Amino acid sequence: MSIVDTLGRLAQTSGFYMLAFSWRQLVMIVIACVLLYLGLVKKFEPLLLVGIAFGMLLTNLPGSNMYHPELWDAYIAGQLRLTDIIHDGGLLDILYIGVKSGLYPSLIFMGVGAMTDFGPLLANPKSLLLGAAAQLGIFAAFLMAIGIFGFDPNVAASIGIIGGADGPTAIWLTSKLAPDYLAPIAIAAYSYMALIPLIQPPVMRLLTTKEERETKMEQLRPVSKKQKILFPIIVTIFVCLLLPSVAPLLGCLMLGNLFKESGLTDRLSDTAQNALMNIVTIFLSTSVGATAVADRFLNPRTLFIILLGLIAFEFATIGGLLLGKLMYKLSGGKINPLIGSAGVSAVPMAARVSQMEGARANPSNFLLMHAMGPNVAGVIGSAVAAGFLLAVFGG
Amino acid sequence: MSFLDALLYSLAGMAVVFFALVLLMCIIKIMTAVGDRAERRAAPAAAAPAAAPAPAPADRPLAPGTAGEVKLYDTDPRTAAMLMAIVADEMQAPLNELRFISIREVKEN
Repeated sequence: MSIVDTLGRLAQTSGFYMLAFSWRQLVMIVIACVLLYLGLVKKFEPLLLVGIAFGMLLTNLPGSNMYHPELWDAYIAGQLRLTDIIHDGGLLDILYIGVKSGLYPSLIFMGVGAMTDFGPLLANPKSLLLGAAAQLGIFAAFLMAIGIFGFDPNVAASIGIIGGADGPTAIWLTSKLAPDYLAPIAIAAYSYMALIPLIQPPVMRLLTTKEERETKMEQLRPVSKKQKILFPIIVTIFVCLLLPSVAPLLGCLMLGNLFKESGLTDRLSDTAQNALMNIVTIFLSTSVGATAVADRFLNPRTLFIILLGLIAFEFATIGGLLLGKLMYKLSGGKINPLIGSAGVSAVPMAARVSQMEGARANPSNFLLMHAMGPNVAGVIGSAVAAGFLLAVFGG
Repeated sequence: MSFLDALLYSLAGMAVVFFALVLLMCIIKIMTAVGDRAERRAAPAAAAPAAAPAPAPADRPLAPGTAGEVKLYDTDPRTAAMLMAIVADEMQAPLNELRFISIREVKEN
């Protein structure tokens, strides 16, 4: 064998050579770089978007063999076991096991629970109604995905959950119902969460009058430590008995919250909200990004998903606002309807938007704590909606 | 799946979400009512000993948990309290485990 042949063969095994015959992967590399730009320069949810974009970059480098969608197809079809994937798969296949099993979203929820103060919700339990109303976006998008775009029910349910404005919930449900669509759904969910300050205000101004936006709310009553400790235990028992499929997500959320509120497990709370959360975020984001393989991602349906995601967010905002308006009327003008839009989850960004819009109408208006109630109620609401969709379409 | 079926699933989904969260709302209200009642019961019991006249102290006692008295020079008590709280926070130590001897305002000549 001559040196020329050797060099020729070496060149043929290089990624550059393979890239010349695969324009799709080249496009995906460009998309990954755009997402990296959005995360690093525009600071759109950088903690997740950077990992997702880098996972997307790695999986689309020809010859890298870090992620094998065909192995996962065979696993779903029952032709392979997880041990086969560990044996034959790449690094990102192994990391993806945590997504597929629902481990990462649940652990992230534990960290979210350890960071969440349910005090505003306990002080004003009516907030739960706003958190429920804002789930309208999930079902509106689900309906449109089936009625207008002709998606399968499983995929439509996964698209709808974007309206929950909750990344881990969207990933958890999609990995079980429509794993092929995981990347576009996760990207849409996190991108729109970052764009909440742009998406919500026009709808908020359109649906409310200036008088409603100016409404000042009474200070919230104090909540006892005992109530804060009992809350996660009671929620877990009642909601998980009502809808067992939601137990992994809600159970972890409430366990994290119990770590925080008990006052006796500060070390565990600290680990759940910092070290564990950071480690899982790295694994989750890169492995979700890895599912964006060119052949599956570059599809007109990806654009439909992005569009439906936006519709889901808008309907979620509308749902919360409309119930907020109703509560404004029924309470004799004591509840500012702007806090309804915070029911979309996206903690705490959506609550901040309510605060900003309230202060814009009346600079002495402080809605943040009032909006945190519907905001955290939205997290529970979207988890319940995901549990319902999984119970119905999860087979 | 037909559009009508999807619509029915959507309505059922919204109903389940509302049912779960209304159930939680009721539970929170019950929890609050029970907690308030327990507090009201405990309040008269706690108020009874408080109503008894306290014996006048012979000298001004130190606050519970305090680590001695601090001498203030050109510093009002409010500023001194704030400074001690900041020092305790910076040192990550409870205030009653720190001993402040004196606080003096340094004036530039």
